[in-house]
Amino acid sequence: MIDWTGILITIVKIVVVIGGLMTGVALMTLVERRVSGVIQFRWGPNRVGPFGLLQPMADGIKFLMKEEIIPRDAHRPIFILAPALSMITALAAFAVVPFGPTIELFGRPIDLVILDLDGGILFAFAATGLGVYGIVCAGWSSRSKYSLMGGLRSSAQMVSYEVALALSVVGVLAASGTLRPTVIVEQQAGWFWNWNALGGGQILGFVLFVIAGFAETNRLPFDLPEAESELVAGYHTEYSSMKFAMFFMAEYIAMFTISSLAVTLFLGGYHLGFPLPFEGLPLVALQVGTFMLKVGLFMFFFVWVRWTLPRLRYDQLMDLGWKRLFPLALANVFLTGLLVTFEVI
Amino acid sequence: MELVAFVVLTTLAFVSGVVVVVHRNQIVAALSLAANLVAIAGFYLLLQAQFLALLQVIVYAGAIMVLVLFVIMLLNLPDEAHRRGGGRVQGGLGLILAGAFVVLLGLAIARSGDGGFASTSGGFGTVESVGRALFTRFFYAFEAISLLLVVAMIGAVLLAKRRL
Amino acid sequence: MNPQWLLLVSAGLFTLGVIGVLTRRGAITILMSIEIMLNAANLSFITFARMHDQPDGQIFAFFVMTLAAAEAAVGLAIVIALFRLRESTEVDELKLMKW
Repeated sequence: MIDWTGILITIVKIVVVIGGLMTGVALMTLVERRVSGVIQFRWGPNRVGPFGLLQPMADGIKFLMKEEIIPRDAHRPIFILAPALSMITALAAFAVVPFGPTIELFGRPIDLVILDLDGGILFAFAATGLGVYGIVCAGWSSRSKYSLMGGLRSSAQMVSYEVALALSVVGVLAASGTLRPTVIVEQQAGWFWNWNALGGGQILGFVLFVIAGFAETNRLPFDLPEAESELVAGYHTEYSSMKFAMFFMAEYIAMFTISSLAVTLFLGGYHLGFPLPFEGLPLVALQVGTFMLKVGLFMFFFVWVRWTLPRLRYDQLMDLGWKRLFPLALANVFLTGLLVTFEVI
Repeated sequence: MELVAFVVLTTLAFVSGVVVVVHRNQIVAALSLAANLVAIAGFYLLLQAQFLALLQVIVYAGAIMVLVLFVIMLLNLPDEAHRRGGGRVQGGLGLILAGAFVVLLGLAIARSGDGGFASTSGGFGTVESVGRALFTRFFYAFEAISLLLVVAMIGAVLLAKRRL
Repeated sequence: MNPQWLLLVSAGLFTLGVIGVLTRRGAITILMSIEIMLNAANLSFITFARMHDQPDGQIFAFFVMTLAAAEAAVGLAIVIALFRLRESTEVDELKLMKW
């Protein structure tokens, strides 16, 4: 009665996804520093191992061995809970991202997605929405002025840009007629002009999603809540060692989530962009590789923008979110509605 | 399997509810209310109302509670002061009264007959079924509530402004 | 698992909300107790919807959720405005109409 094989397959998928994410995060710490070095005309870390490839391992050992300091006046239970909350919500959003098509193994079809929910995109938004709690808890429980200010600013920023994020996706949902990520990706099969950002008419939605995504992950140019020159380190000022590492990892995982969602919704998901003559397992492997490549390119874009654009002041940030992105997202919904009604897309 | 989930969710809902009602620190109360809301979303999932479960998490736990937490942190509210006098007797009588209230409601529920769960047609709780009903039969209510949200937004902004 | 149990849970949560509203002193915690009551009612709505396999109960719950959001926003704005005036959100301090 209980589908043990199905449960085992799901567990394997979860392990693979989390393992892949953690490896990706470790790699990103190095990639970010090397790419920043290239942009700033200096070497990044290249001493530890060939091309600095063992640097993440060294960082990990450092984080594990450092002394954990918890401020005396901090509210201990919530102080310890906050990084865990950040990690959990960041990882949870990955459950609905499809990273490959359906394959046949052991006589049963396996979709390469952990949870093929009917309202999959809503699940992703729920998980990113809950991500604010980690920041709020961290900011308040540290009982420090910098942390509180950083926590307040960051949570207000995230909540404001969630509106633009969700609205920019409504266009895709209207054009696709479904909330299932797998179906949305399938509708972008074939040539690359089928992708939602290009031929699907969602270019405005794509731009809005990317900008809002940058703000959701507290990355430059929207990183005032954790800017060094302003707030020491914002909401994670008082955190040291492994708890800080968890916040750090949670931020990178959130970046991966936004990249994956953008790729799934706007850039054709795991599809190659041109049809190939062969079928079966090699095509699946190629498609999974394509997905990872697209997400990787997006992450590179994150780092690129970080060192290209100046930081927005907080009131400029809120201004952008409410007075410019929100009306533009509404206009996008309206336009997409027109296009769908007259059967253009 | 369903029973296990039901018991876990009920415990979570009641424990977090009690913490909201009892704890003196307002931030802890707010966070515990967020946990309560997630437990209620779990109940909705148990009832196969997936769309509403997700909406509950997004709207209630993800937006309203964040707003409440934000206001508490912004105003830097201290722990609530002790309840004023009235003492143990009044508190005890109040609890007994609350218990009587629950018993009354329970009797009403038990007497309402034994309607079990209807077997669902497979489309229950999906986005499509709720959306279809929302945009056809409840269309006017939908438009009215959009208007209400706009009014609430304007009202909230105006009320909280420092200088009009 | 039959509907009666869920309705009983809903009744229990509602009572908790009522206790909260009547007992607490901070305006925001009172608002939070009201949210518990609204959620208990929502749970009842969805249980009934499931009992009859209709989307109507879910639509009701949807509207209640939206209303609760609007109410929370306006209520918190009022609390902020009152705090500016009185430096406190305890409802006992907010009982004098004359200032």
